[in-house]
Amino acid sequence: MNMAVRLHPLHGLWALTNRELSKWYKAPVILIISLIQPIVWLAFFGKSMNFATMFTSGLNIPGLNIPKQVIDEIGSEILKANFGTTDYFSFLAVGMLSFITLFTSLQSGMSIVWDRRLGVLGKLLTTPVPRGNIVMAKVLNSVIRSLTQATIVLIIAVLLGMKLNPSLNPLDIVGAYAALTLMSMGFASLFVMLALRSTSWESQMAIMNLLNMPLMFASNSFYPVKSMPWWLKPIAYVNPLTYVNDVNRQLLLGVTGHSLLLDYTYLVIFAAIFSIIGIILSWRYLSEA
Amino acid sequence: MRNRLSDIDLEKDLYLRYRAAYMTIMEAAIKAINLTKRYGNFTAVDHINFEVYYGEIFGFLGPNGAGKTTTIKMLTTVTRPTEGTAIVNGYDIVKQPAKVRESIGTVPQEYTADEDLTGWENLMLIAALYGIPKKEARERAAELLDLVELSYAADRKVETYSGGMRRRLEIAMGLINRPAILFLDEPTLGLDAQTRAAIWDYVYRLRKQYGVTIFMTTHYLEEADRYAERIAIIDHGKILAIGTPKELKEKVGGDVVTIEVNGDIGLARKVIEGIDGVNGVTVNGNTITFKVKNGNTAAPAILETLNKLSIRATSITIKEPTMDEVFLEFTGRRLREEEGSTEEFMRFRRTVARARR
Repeated sequence: MNMAVRLHPLHGLWALTNRELSKWYKAPVILIISLIQPIVWLAFFGKSMNFATMFTSGLNIPGLNIPKQVIDEIGSEILKANFGTTDYFSFLAVGMLSFITLFTSLQSGMSIVWDRRLGVLGKLLTTPVPRGNIVMAKVLNSVIRSLTQATIVLIIAVLLGMKLNPSLNPLDIVGAYAALTLMSMGFASLFVMLALRSTSWESQMAIMNLLNMPLMFASNSFYPVKSMPWWLKPIAYVNPLTYVNDVNRQLLLGVTGHSLLLDYTYLVIFAAIFSIIGIILSWRYLSEA
Repeated sequence: MRNRLSDIDLEKDLYLRYRAAYMTIMEAAIKAINLTKRYGNFTAVDHINFEVYYGEIFGFLGPNGAGKTTTIKMLTTVTRPTEGTAIVNGYDIVKQPAKVRESIGTVPQEYTADEDLTGWENLMLIAALYGIPKKEARERAAELLDLVELSYAADRKVETYSGGMRRRLEIAMGLINRPAILFLDEPTLGLDAQTRAAIWDYVYRLRKQYGVTIFMTTHYLEEADRYAERIAIIDHGKILAIGTPKELKEKVGGDVVTIEVNGDIGLARKVIEGIDGVNGVTVNGNTITFKVKNGNTAAPAILETLNKLSIRATSITIKEPTMDEVFLEFTGRRLREEEGSTEEFMRFRRTVARARR
């Protein structure tokens, strides 16, 4: 009567991930809506906050006759010193890749609350699926969604005028995606963890809203860390977004930044620590008291 | 007369001895050993002990908050017991939860199917969680949907299903792993009478088809009486009585017999009171009401005795005690079925409404 089948330790992981993904591709409206925000940032903010124009054209100081070429040169150098590139739009576009990844990852906490409220989680817990796989399916789902959405944002950004590194090679793309994956893993695990015992989606919503903007602004997504006040800098340096953006600007735009090895090490540690804690906590706290 | 009644006792004795023998030979499907669950100071389940045998339909009867669902949650490894344990299909729920999960199926009280997926997708998902290979899962899903008569709605999203359809889908989901034991928590909660009967029809059919042992909770007295082979009455986390519906009714004092007589009512009363096994005799006008075990066999003998004393019966009714009376006897309170169901249903509706808010 009972199965003699020996269950694979990862069994059910893909089935659970696929369950989440199928909801997503069955309702493309949600995908489109979640893309609106980063695109608005890119198209409205990125296109209007045109530092290049501000610094290089139309500057005329009365009484001084500085050649336009000199002003342009100074402007470019200032931009480069701050953003690593004269093209702020491209700088911002990279920030938007981590923006969409962050927002998507934050939602994984909500989905576990819904599963609990609607009884689905209770059912999953009576099956022999490893508890860690329930959590990891949420994380995997978040990674896949994030990368898909980041790809769409990247394509739109290029269409809007993002200038990729002319000597871009496929390995750079892989590297950029790896950074986004690590960040998504870490944040999704963290938020699933926070939601393990929760039955209130309102509180999850509150946590999401509380953290998304500070995490964005306390990173180098919109502006470089060095222009931040002294008290914000330490926060920016523990914020994984800073490391993802640093990696992606080096790989996609060809600007100089911190050591890639340091960036990746930090991201791997971030992803590993939260995934492992998430799995361990799921053994104990996913089921009812 | 005395002989007849002792014959009955003998019969019962034989039955109990037979069952005792059967119990020692047959390993129990479920054996709860001092199973206890405390939430803070509140003891939801208090050192309960019981056995469920393979192949039977075992009913757990009690009012809301008696500890039924908590017991099921412990037996299905969703919740860890505070104290004690249980052996389910030969595995310890505390030490071997994974093994227990592989041998059981569950149909929880609330609807657990994913509303955004179709009935078919839900079945395939649960099958994957049990590690059932795709090809076999497809065969089983088709067979189960057929059993619960949902094949026509297999490709519809669950959110379009009616309450009865959802409950049937839940049952199919609970059976996808061909469990040795199926746990049903209030399987007919909030459903109309017709659908309830249909659900029971499925339960019986699947036992016949798969030989599955069924452990179910209910607060519908009449359902427990009619469908469960053995019943445990639970209240305030304690098991108050356990046995077949017939045994429980006998414990209450047997059948209620009402005889309308033409003749000396006082003498009739004396005679009846003198009979072994009769109790609770009351007289109202020229009708006598009393309780006796196995009323159907006892009554003709009583009538014969009365006849010999030229007391003639003009009418006789024999009524088995209802589960309501049994429940009252053991718990000291009534379990109003109608109130229970509406109240419970409203609570359920509120839960769903809250979840969807």
